[in-house]
Amino acid sequence: MKDTIKVTIIDREETHHTLDAPTDMNLNMMELCKMYELPVEGTCGGMALCASCQVYLESDTSLPEQSEAELTMLDQAFHVKDNSRLGCQIRITEAMDGIVLRLAPR
Amino acid sequence: MIETDLLIIGAGPCGLFTVFEAGLLKMRCHLIDSLPTPGGQLTEIYPKKPIYDIPGFPVVNAGELVDNLMKQIEVFKPAFTLGETAQTIDEAEGKFIVTTNKGTQHQAPVVLIAGGLGVFEPRKPPIENLEQFEDKGVEYIIRDPELYRDKKVVISGGGDSALDWTIYLMENKIVKNLVLVHRRTSFRGHLDSVQKVMDMAQAGKIELITESEVTGINAGPHGQVASVVINHATHGNITKETDHFIPLFGLTPSLGPIADWGLELEKGAVKVNTFDYSTNRPGIYAVGDINTYPGKLKLILCGFHEGTLAVQSAFARIHPNKKNVLKYTTVNGVNGF
Repeated sequence: MKDTIKVTIIDREETHHTLDAPTDMNLNMMELCKMYELPVEGTCGGMALCASCQVYLESDTSLPEQSEAELTMLDQAFHVKDNSRLGCQIRITEAMDGIVLRLAPR
Repeated sequence: MIETDLLIIGAGPCGLFTVFEAGLLKMRCHLIDSLPTPGGQLTEIYPKKPIYDIPGFPVVNAGELVDNLMKQIEVFKPAFTLGETAQTIDEAEGKFIVTTNKGTQHQAPVVLIAGGLGVFEPRKPPIENLEQFEDKGVEYIIRDPELYRDKKVVISGGGDSALDWTIYLMENKIVKNLVLVHRRTSFRGHLDSVQKVMDMAQAGKIELITESEVTGINAGPHGQVASVVINHATHGNITKETDHFIPLFGLTPSLGPIADWGLELEKGAVKVNTFDYSTNRPGIYAVGDINTYPGKLKLILCGFHEGTLAVQSAFARIHPNKKNVLKYTTVNGVNGF
């Protein structure tokens, strides 16, 4: 069991941040970004209601399927692409080691 | 002019509980909220969600907590201005005058901002110069359908509101023609609304353009909307003549008008002194999710504490010559107005 994995976040200035992400704290990617003070707002607190934590999945990491709530929110968001996800809906697990996410424009 | 002791901006849980603590000190409260019902996020966003960290409640639904808070403060007869947004603040003779977007005026010696996430405002698509067309053909909310009588209208969005308005404007034969633009091929709205819109498109009553986004607006001779540029994911751009462009992408919270109240801000929140949760403007306090300070936690229970301390300071401000002694409700009970 790995208790930390590597998560790479590419910010809006193209800077790559490779972060140590604990897998035993029930964290999601939005919370991880906030923990490292990356420019992610997470206005709604993680309820898939604001899309301020939208990211693009840039690695071939396989993620759990998106919930209805996440898809509904992304439907109302902007800059959405096929690989768009809400950071707050990605709960960090060991299987995500090496994942690369890019922050969507504000 | 509505007059009160403590004017509270925001009727979420922190604003509501502050009424109780102010009431114990014999200060009357009036609350303003942009939403039509009290409760803030709890009522608007997650009324059915359980909350587990309210002391004394192993679990309580958000809506139930709001009902309980309303019951708890009833004895202090708070008054409300609901469905109006606190817009401007002026200071005269030691009192504040807060005016809403609908012109309602409120006067109080102390203002307490319990604004939570801020004001819920329409989500605006990232189109260059979009704001220059506001009131010139671009509307984010349909207030009066008659505005569109015999007009050409482009709606964009794929949620219930885009679908419902498309159906309403067509079924009531209001608009001259209607183009609905949606980013994807399928809709996530209610099934029967989706079916209705699909049928209307099939019958040629509306023009449905999917896998597309409105990416530009062209101005007419008086600066009003003349046409929009619609970008298709694979086919490129087309231009559609229109009188109105109505992007319907739901609501998103933002700090709103208080951003211009001369308060010191940090990362979209109001900076406060944790001694009494006062802002940089004497007489204005900020509690709950809208404030920030070192160690801030956005929790309802912390907001309750903040409001409690803020009203102590507000009391000293309103009654500079009176001494205040902490009284326990267990000993004294609750004596309402």
